[in-house]
Amino acid sequence: MRRGWVAVAAATMVVLTACSGGSGGTSSSAASAAADPAKVSGDITVLTNRTDQIKDGSLKKYADEFSRTYPNVNVKFEGLTDYEGEVKIRMNTENYGDVLLIPDNVSINQYPTFFSPLGDSAELSKTYNWTDYTTVKDKVYGIANYGTATGLVYNKAVWQQAGVTQWPKTTQEFIDDLKAIKAKGQATPYYTNYKDAWPLQKWTDNIGGPSCDQGGKDKLSTTAEPWAAGQDLNAIDGLLYTTVHEKLSEDDPTTTNWEKSKTLLGTGRIGAMLLGSWAVPQMQAAATAAGQNPDDIGFMPFPQATAGKLCTIIQPDYKYAVNVHSKNKEAARAWIDWYLNKSGSAQAEQAVSSVKGSPLPASLKPFEAQGVTLLLGQNQQNAAVISKIDKGSEIGLGSPDYRQKLVDTARGAAQGDMNSYFADLNKKWAASQKTVTG
Amino acid sequence: MTALQKDRKQGPATAPAAPAAPTKPALHRRTTRRHWWFTPWLYLLVPLTLLVAFTYLPIIDMFGYSATDWDGISPTSENVGADNYLELFTRPELFKVFLVSGVYLLASFVQIAAALYFATVLSFNTRFRNLFKGILFFPYLMNGVAIGFVFLYFFQPGGTLDSLLGTVGYHGRLMWLGDPDLVNKSLAGVSVWRYTGLNMVLFLGAIQSIPGHLYEAASLDGANRWQQFRHIIAPSIKPIISLSVILAISGSLAVFEIPYIMTGGANGSQTFVIQTVNLAFKFDKVGLASASAVVLLALILLVTWIQRRLVPEERVELS
Repeated sequence: MRRGWVAVAAATMVVLTACSGGSGGTSSSAASAAADPAKVSGDITVLTNRTDQIKDGSLKKYADEFSRTYPNVNVKFEGLTDYEGEVKIRMNTENYGDVLLIPDNVSINQYPTFFSPLGDSAELSKTYNWTDYTTVKDKVYGIANYGTATGLVYNKAVWQQAGVTQWPKTTQEFIDDLKAIKAKGQATPYYTNYKDAWPLQKWTDNIGGPSCDQGGKDKLSTTAEPWAAGQDLNAIDGLLYTTVHEKLSEDDPTTTNWEKSKTLLGTGRIGAMLLGSWAVPQMQAAATAAGQNPDDIGFMPFPQATAGKLCTIIQPDYKYAVNVHSKNKEAARAWIDWYLNKSGSAQAEQAVSSVKGSPLPASLKPFEAQGVTLLLGQNQQNAAVISKIDKGSEIGLGSPDYRQKLVDTARGAAQGDMNSYFADLNKKWAASQKTVTG
Repeated sequence: MTALQKDRKQGPATAPAAPAAPTKPALHRRTTRRHWWFTPWLYLLVPLTLLVAFTYLPIIDMFGYSATDWDGISPTSENVGADNYLELFTRPELFKVFLVSGVYLLASFVQIAAALYFATVLSFNTRFRNLFKGILFFPYLMNGVAIGFVFLYFFQPGGTLDSLLGTVGYHGRLMWLGDPDLVNKSLAGVSVWRYTGLNMVLFLGAIQSIPGHLYEAASLDGANRWQQFRHIIAPSIKPIISLSVILAISGSLAVFEIPYIMTGGANGSQTFVIQTVNLAFKFDKVGLASASAVVLLALILLVTWIQRRLVPEERVELS
């Protein structure tokens, strides 16, 4: 009987603490690096979306190497399959790991509430790229491990068989190339990954690419109609619309499958998919597993040239941050510093390391050779305002729903056409912008 | 009242005092009551704690959130009064998604009819009837997520359904999930497949409470199976049927799991609950989402109430 009471009391306590967890943080002491590795100690938990790296033991290997330099720090990993969804809800409590990746849908002006400052932006931006993505009032709250180029993963063999040897430079050229692939009949020219949805939101990363302007995204805060002709989003979403409208994508987008798409691209049954350059090693692995040549997998920039030159934005991946409630901030910071600088994980992923002066990965060597302009990220001055306008308008640049509707419109499954849909988006954006900026 | 309490009253400590004064028995009754009035509550403590903690507190919180502009994550939020409700009711496109529920509602009548049919057939001496009961009830035991994934393969172009149709000579290429006119019917079909078994078990239970001699008398009078169903079974299980209809209607208003897993609400399959989830977690409008959840709750209560007025509960006498 007594044990029963204890259980009830414990359950009640759990419930009560769960309810009162939203009080938020007050401490904001910086997570600064320690001078002597031997003096840093503590147990830290690192939240990660890379459940595959937990399974294959590569994270464990990094942790073992880390403990050689920091013998008194114990690193534990926690993998989350639905990273974005779970972490955001956990952030209502104080228990969201010591080191975590900043979820995409947390607005930048909320960073100081949840994360410890890692240092002054003037200082850190000398060492790392993309610090402006997480800078609030001159303090940096997160650092990316690496960045990836935006563009299209494609199967070189498929494109060559269709007689295409040059990267397309306009929407029209791109559509013509896809038509040539379709005429061959061997492959689906383009694959949307509509069902898994998140690949559709990768199109947003190209903002700034078509106009070759790092400030392209920042302009959204002052542009009333981002889908009007000549704007980046018009070029980006117009390309997707035309591709689907010309029936150059898979027949039934609602039953696509991301895991299967890797094999399909690797074996030459898909021509191209718009993703980041991070996808190249995954597609190569799928090609190898299916007995095909991994060198067939290539990467090309977004097909719109400015003044005759193609251009690509290098976007940072997830940014690493320290929980503002962490009890072992020094150890957490030590892990971030070591992981970014010493682990070599960015190189292993064939990505562009955030540490300035690192060499470009092999997948981007052709970009250099062809003279593609590489822009290191989008400007972030107006990121908070843009996020407010976006959420207020319920368009969701960072979520796939509006592009799913775009695909539906393009294939005739939803009412309207490109112009009416773009007009609708423009209207929503303009209205929300008016409320936000006054 | 109970044997235990009587024993207590006659206990050695209080027994001698009992006959002394007229006021004393009352006093001592009060003391025994003080010990025992909460006995039933002791047994109810655990379920009530769970109920309050996981049902009523969140609902109260939901009402609270619906009056704020909370974004789901920041520690502060502002009170905006009835603004969320105002916004909800001035944007008719937010209610358009209830049209999707209509498809599920029609499907749920198919489901009740099928469940009634199977329950009736299986309540008679059918061969392998326990096996069939098991087969029909099995889908309800499966996890909704697993069902979603299974049916994704089922509906794929060239998938299970297409091959099945191919064996009977139909080779049309229908896009079960890709066609906007078909998608909700396909999804509703999955939900029929899943919940028919549950309805059937409810009906079976009710049918089994009908005394056997009624059938005997009916068949002596020459009633066939349909007549037996029409005049004995259907009237006897009327309360269960009307309960099923209530559950079907509130269920169709609040469809979530199957479309969310299978299409994520894409291609015009968005339901009111999916829309609410999107508002809360994609657009950070937890206040507005809570308000729509409150509206959904009110709607379901209203529909149930109207139904109760139209079909009042009545006792069925079986003899």
